[in-house]
Amino acid sequence: MNELTMIEAINQALSNQMQADERIFILGEDVGANGGVFRATEGLQHTFGEHRVFDTPLAESAIIGMAIGMASQGLRPIAEIQFMGFIYPAIDQILNHAARLRNRTRGRLSCPIVIRAPFGGGIHAPEHHSESTESIFAHIPGLRVVVPSSPARAYGLLIAAIQDPDPVIFLEPKRIYRDGKQTIEDNGKALPLDTCFLLREGIDISLISWGAMLKETQQAAALLAKKGIDAEVIDVATIKPLDISSIIDSVKKTGRCLIVHEAAKTCGLGAEISALLAEKAISSLLAPIQRVTGYDTVMPMFKNEQSYMPSTQRIIQAALNAMEYR
Amino acid sequence: MITSNTSNIELRQALDIHGHLSQALPTDLDNRDQLIDLYQTLVTTRLFDEAAVNLQRTGLLGTYAQSKGQEAIGTAIGKAMLSDDVFIPYYRDIATQIQRGVLLEEILLYWGGDERGSCFSQQALDFPLCVPIATQFCHAVGVAFALKQQAQAHVAVVTGGDGATSKGDFYEALNIAGAMSLPCLFVINNNQWAISVPVQQQTAAQTIAHKAYAAGIAAIRIDGNDPIAMLIGIKQALEQIRHAGKPFFIEAVSYRICDHTTADDATRYMSPSHLQNALKREPLIRYKKFITQQYRWSTEDDKQLYSLCQQKVDQAVNNYKNIKPQAASEFFDYMYQELPHDLAQQKQDFLEGLKYHE
Repeated sequence: MNELTMIEAINQALSNQMQADERIFILGEDVGANGGVFRATEGLQHTFGEHRVFDTPLAESAIIGMAIGMASQGLRPIAEIQFMGFIYPAIDQILNHAARLRNRTRGRLSCPIVIRAPFGGGIHAPEHHSESTESIFAHIPGLRVVVPSSPARAYGLLIAAIQDPDPVIFLEPKRIYRDGKQTIEDNGKALPLDTCFLLREGIDISLISWGAMLKETQQAAALLAKKGIDAEVIDVATIKPLDISSIIDSVKKTGRCLIVHEAAKTCGLGAEISALLAEKAISSLLAPIQRVTGYDTVMPMFKNEQSYMPSTQRIIQAALNAMEYR
Repeated sequence: MITSNTSNIELRQALDIHGHLSQALPTDLDNRDQLIDLYQTLVTTRLFDEAAVNLQRTGLLGTYAQSKGQEAIGTAIGKAMLSDDVFIPYYRDIATQIQRGVLLEEILLYWGGDERGSCFSQQALDFPLCVPIATQFCHAVGVAFALKQQAQAHVAVVTGGDGATSKGDFYEALNIAGAMSLPCLFVINNNQWAISVPVQQQTAAQTIAHKAYAAGIAAIRIDGNDPIAMLIGIKQALEQIRHAGKPFFIEAVSYRICDHTTADDATRYMSPSHLQNALKREPLIRYKKFITQQYRWSTEDDKQLYSLCQQKVDQAVNNYKNIKPQAASEFFDYMYQELPHDLAQQKQDFLEGLKYHE
């Protein structure tokens, strides 16, 4: 049993799985001696050797293309993209190949790769280092997209991602990499993919979020409780495929839904959740669905990033709007 | 050993356009059966190409990319590779694919719009052909990495056109293969055209092969219309890779004596005189002259071989026409190893929808 931060939990999950499965290789920029710029792969090259944890030249498309080639021959590569802001040169490889290889060969070849990338704002990072574009990946058929929100879920979901037979985009909310510790037993146990996690039970309103935004969302739930409003909090965790039935069950109970995400509003995952609720649970809704999101702007540079990020106050205000709706 | 410190890269040729050998055949090639077998692959590929175009013109195939005039490259690659090497093709590599166990009817199935054409029944690990230009080079680097983990010295062989050498993935893959010393053979079919753009407009590099030098990779240029020079070159390259564990690069200089695909009309941009000149250099005529001189290959021999190859192609076309269509809902079934719940719902909705059409 160890008290671990999220980044330590990720490191432990990687180490655990590399120990268990020699087909696993880690590749990316600065993942070797440096242990990754956030230290996710710290010590792994030392433990598992330079051939299993290796630095690639600085070329994102080739990192993912190479991982695809490795996976096609039976290896289980885990590729790190240093920041989500630099994943876009590899979109061609992800969309045209990783997500399609199983289908286009009718299962003859497959692509069990994990692509890890830190994402999201709030750490005063340079330009291009703070965006949240998870919806882009959630739109691509053939992928799984997973976002942990705590050290324990980072550990269990990453193990599940590594063991999954299909490509997984594993987006790590870097704002909470070192934000608190949890006790984690290094038992190699996976948490389930494709399912939401219920973080707080409540009967008045369903607060739906994922990743770092669950911090503000849970703070809002605690403050709403003081006002006599009993909020339910759901961590979506796997944003593709979306576990909409858990969300529907919650909304059927509470009658109100508020979705919180850092990503831009238009075509964000909140739009998909809203549409599915409108399709499948409209008669349960007592108030319009609320969305508290980033704006349809470029992510401001760090002097002003807090203005962009959804705040606890905005979440509380939107929840009150839903509660007061008649 | 070929090194990367020369500024001029000479074009290697073994057969001139009259089919005369400019050097003695290496002993491992000096074998009638082997060299007639090579001719048979050239002819099968050419006849298959013609059949495919005919099928497309009569509505039985979708858009099709011909290999016409470029058969020597794929033929040589297929002859030289070992079965446990892995082939990562682009889309003018039918000659190689058929030697590696891909069935002609599977190739037709693919161009006929059916994914089962890439589910090779007799070839487990080769990649399906690659449409997004140059992306395959990165896969080859990953395959080469995987092969390097094995005890035997196997090679990832990847192909692409001259057009692909303008793309980032090409340079990224070459760079990594060089930096990591990976057993990867890059073969570029320089057929002079990226659809309508001639190679002279695509690059200021002296040759395509020079692009490999920057990545520290040994490179040679071969007359891609010369089946013997191609076979010698590919064999030598594979041997060197197996021995040294380093990548190697071949620019095969050919000419696309056909449209880019059946959706293209090359007369809009290719001058008739260039085409006429290229037709004189194409591999089948040259090779037939060679075996005529070398082995007294007769008109009668030729007729028999063509008839044999045609039968094979006709049989494949027949098989293709008679294959049972896949289930309409099959496009859901291979997205993931197990159908996720949301997709299971969509499949069910699709199947429900089908009922209304019945």
